[in-house]
Amino acid sequence: MKELVAICAFAAAVALLPLVVNSGFVLNLVIMTLYATLLGQAWNILAGFGGQFSFGHAVFFGTGAYAAAVLQVRFGWNAWAALAAAVVLGGAVGAFIGALSFRYGLRGSYFALVTLAFAEVFRVLANTFDFTGAGVGLMIPLGTSAADFQFASSAGFLYVILGFTLAAFGVTLWLKHSRYGAWLQAVRDNEESAAALGVDVFRVKLGAIMISAALMAAGGVFYVQYFHYIDPHIAYGPAVSVEALLAPIVGGMGTSFGPLLGAVVLHALGEFTRNLMGDAPGVSLVIYGAVLVAMVTFLPRGIIGAFAARRPARRVPRA
Amino acid sequence: MLEFSILFPSVLNGLTTGAVYALIALGLTLIYGVLHIINFAHGAALMIALYGVYFLHLTLGLDPYVSLPVMVPAMFVLGYGLQRLVIGRASHGKDENILLVTLGLAMVMENLALFLWRSDTRTVETPYTFSTVNIAGAMIAVPKLAAFAGALVAAAVLLVLVSRTDLGRAIRAIAKERQGAKLVGIDVEHVFAMSFGIGLACLGAAACFLLPAYYVNPLVGNGFILIAFTIVVLGGMGSFAGALAGGLIIGVVESVGGLWLGESLGQIGIFLIFIVVLLFRPQGLFGART
Repeated sequence: MKELVAICAFAAAVALLPLVVNSGFVLNLVIMTLYATLLGQAWNILAGFGGQFSFGHAVFFGTGAYAAAVLQVRFGWNAWAALAAAVVLGGAVGAFIGALSFRYGLRGSYFALVTLAFAEVFRVLANTFDFTGAGVGLMIPLGTSAADFQFASSAGFLYVILGFTLAAFGVTLWLKHSRYGAWLQAVRDNEESAAALGVDVFRVKLGAIMISAALMAAGGVFYVQYFHYIDPHIAYGPAVSVEALLAPIVGGMGTSFGPLLGAVVLHALGEFTRNLMGDAPGVSLVIYGAVLVAMVTFLPRGIIGAFAARRPARRVPRA
Repeated sequence: MLEFSILFPSVLNGLTTGAVYALIALGLTLIYGVLHIINFAHGAALMIALYGVYFLHLTLGLDPYVSLPVMVPAMFVLGYGLQRLVIGRASHGKDENILLVTLGLAMVMENLALFLWRSDTRTVETPYTFSTVNIAGAMIAVPKLAAFAGALVAAAVLLVLVSRTDLGRAIRAIAKERQGAKLVGIDVEHVFAMSFGIGLACLGAAACFLLPAYYVNPLVGNGFILIAFTIVVLGGMGSFAGALAGGLIIGVVESVGGLWLGESLGQIGIFLIFIVVLLFRPQGLFGART
């Protein structure tokens, strides 16, 4: 309940922001922070709640981005219809990769590697076929009407990404308070025990990767609409996969607010180093890498984990 | 079908590249076998080693092959230090943590290189860069041939080290039974760091053999990392013979696949092998089922 109130307060604060602030810089910063929160939340659902560490979440992001771009450019679909199709397709790719990996019992490092390899396969495919624009990439036609998923001002994009992020928050709240969420966390904590207690481990993990992939695909669609452009390296390269896992690790995995906190901290850090060092290439990523090492070494439970007081375990409510 | 006169040089070329892949993968498989770490920073460490060879050539005029006695110990020290000071402290006994820490290290190394040396692709000019020899009608570049021989020698040295020395016995003991090794008085932390150091030393050697025929830029390691993972998985995690054979196989697959499917789509063969082996035979071609 407390968390629901916090999320509502957060949503209201962000929603009112465009009425108070007119600066494009600030709005863009908030948009990018929410976008990082969405990617982080998608990864968090699979890794933080489900214990399955993916190193290739770009595969879902890129699929969403390309689905939206191809449907609009090649088939003339409406952008919102393309969004729906992209999210479904992202979930389907998640189901495919999840079914293969979990059916054959890939865990831990092996699962991380196989997701990475899938992202590379998709990158090579997108780089090869003219259908996806090959190495040149695809440009989205510019529009200014909300019916085209394009907005004259940043505020429109802010509301869209806020909506996506709230959906992801909703999923984490549901995971915390539902029977399915309890199953998923049981699988994370001890797969054998969960199976012995009658949890269908395969289906629980499959559900998590599908939800996670669908949210990631929504992030990909947002990227395409916001930047009007996608190419194989942006879509399927390792940068997106890393971006998705950084925020929850810094903020705290397996919590609702970890990815948001992590995204805020990382973006603040990024802006700080940009002011300090200028736009020198690589500097912010050096800092991010160092933060990742430091977090895992000193605060493996993230910022939230470090501050959270020990609370008594709550009973799991009936579904 | 392809004609023999095209296929044969392609296979030979694949074997020469594959030997260097094998050397890189040997380091990775040693680290995995002993520490059960998947070292994500392996590609970035190779990139650092390549820059080392490049700058030794640029500033001191050292031939890449002459850099061997400098680069191998230097990379060993880097590896020993990283394991002792960073990775060992971060693990908290969980595989995922090590994965993330080595990923973080790779980010730091790659982007530090990008910051210091920019994204320019650099090459080394040697008198023999463009010379070739004729092997049964196939023209093979001299540096590639040297790399093939050098990689095999380095692999042999590594095998002797692991099978004949006290350190090698300690490494194998820990790989088999960590608790037991500790109980008989082996300094586990030291042997961990030695293994990591030797794993990176392999990269120092690989860099010296690679650079005369290759190039270096901050992201060059990315091209090698998935290939090295594929070889290690194909050969069986922790198996030396498997890494050698896997390296040669992958080298040939890449070379022939590129001939068949073209430059861009040719890479896909490696990743598909990787996925298929992970799914259906995760113990590798040579590993025993655990």
